[in-house]
Amino acid sequence: MMDSSVKIINEWDIVAARQLGRNVAKELGFGTVDQARITTAISELARNIYLYAGQGEITIEKIESGTKKGMTIISRDAGPGIPDLRKVMEDGFSTSGGLGAGLPGVKRLMDEFSIESTPGEGTLIQSVKWLK
Amino acid sequence: MSFRDTMLDEYKEILKTYINDQTEQALYMSQKFSRKSIEYKISPEEMISLHKTSIMELAPDLPESLLLSLDILLEVMMSYGLAYREHQSLRTIQRELINEIEVAANMQQTLLGTQIPHISSVDIGAISVPAKQMSGDYYHFVSHENGAVSVAIADIIGKGIPAALCMSMIKYSMDSMPENSHTPGDVLERLNRVVEQNVDPTMFITMFSGLYNPGNHTFYYSSAGHEPGFYYNGETGAFEELKAKGLLLGVDKKAKYREYERKVEVGDAILLMSDGVTECRTKDGFIEIDTLVGYIEKYIHLGAQDIADKVYKELEFLQDFQLRDDFTLIIIKRTA
Repeated sequence: MMDSSVKIINEWDIVAARQLGRNVAKELGFGTVDQARITTAISELARNIYLYAGQGEITIEKIESGTKKGMTIISRDAGPGIPDLRKVMEDGFSTSGGLGAGLPGVKRLMDEFSIESTPGEGTLIQSVKWLK
Repeated sequence: MSFRDTMLDEYKEILKTYINDQTEQALYMSQKFSRKSIEYKISPEEMISLHKTSIMELAPDLPESLLLSLDILLEVMMSYGLAYREHQSLRTIQRELINEIEVAANMQQTLLGTQIPHISSVDIGAISVPAKQMSGDYYHFVSHENGAVSVAIADIIGKGIPAALCMSMIKYSMDSMPENSHTPGDVLERLNRVVEQNVDPTMFITMFSGLYNPGNHTFYYSSAGHEPGFYYNGETGAFEELKAKGLLLGVDKKAKYREYERKVEVGDAILLMSDGVTECRTKDGFIEIDTLVGYIEKYIHLGAQDIADKVYKELEFLQDFQLRDDFTLIIIKRTA
């Protein structure tokens, strides 16, 4: 199992995270549409770190389950955390005002999605895309 | 075979037809295709990818720059795709909300339901029509053991669901009022305390509270800033405002409500209403009080319920059947 990470400190790190995600997606054989979905999800997660946590990390892992292959995007930060998870997972609620973007958008783009957040300690988001 | 399996071939066919000769037919086919792809939840980014695959097969010698440009188009369409999917899910939520409000509106009707009392020598009629699904108007009758009848009419300043929730509270406060305290001033003072304690300070309620005593045919009443009613003098045919002073409910918990009284003769009538009646608007502005009185006069010889129904019909017609405010009208007529 291989994994690699990109530290997110400034806006350009978002590009680096996208690039890492795209390379892995291509290697695994994801098509162009799924590649775009995966990189868009990475963008959203990295942007959230950049905007709300100040700094954090995006990790990309290749995964296997039986005959299935896929990849996990892990977003980790030690930022202020999210006090109301239900609210941020609601459609139409976005602090940055982007239509359809935000965490519900990430959930839609990927196959699996989980989030843990503790106010004052940070947020951990893991999201999986399987190769079909 | 599902649409997803055949869509590449279908799309390629349309594209080929159009490239060969630019007919309106091909453009119409693509419109039909887009309807179908929306139906099958094909996202914008998938469409771009479909287009790219098709054009690469149909015209293999296309310049690299054109193909690369489609990558940018695909990336740009990602956000449109997300916004579109969010829109779809919000539409579903909206439909659920509308259904819920419908259920709530029916519940409100049951909850706020009140029986018009039947007492000899007095004929009572009432109509209440909400402007939207939920009403912010409320009226209530209580028949007392001694034969007297209490009547209350209230209007929440504000409409829709918050107003409806507030109404339910008023209704239960009225239901739990002790039998020995039904004088209009008392009723308002008690409700005022309930509203002051429990309701958001930005929400106000106007209310008219009355008590008809058939023993001495006297009508006692108090008002908390409510629209004045009308008194119809059966002998002279004159209408006058049933004026009463009092502060809106919920403003000051120490508010006192003065009680007024009026001797009611045979043929006289009391008309109580919400501001949806007096502030009935047409395209020329608010209706004149004279216009309203004119309609009431026209039907005053009828039974109380008929008067209420007919006046409502006239005003509904006058407003092109579009109520802008909840409408409530109560008629109490002494017949003998």
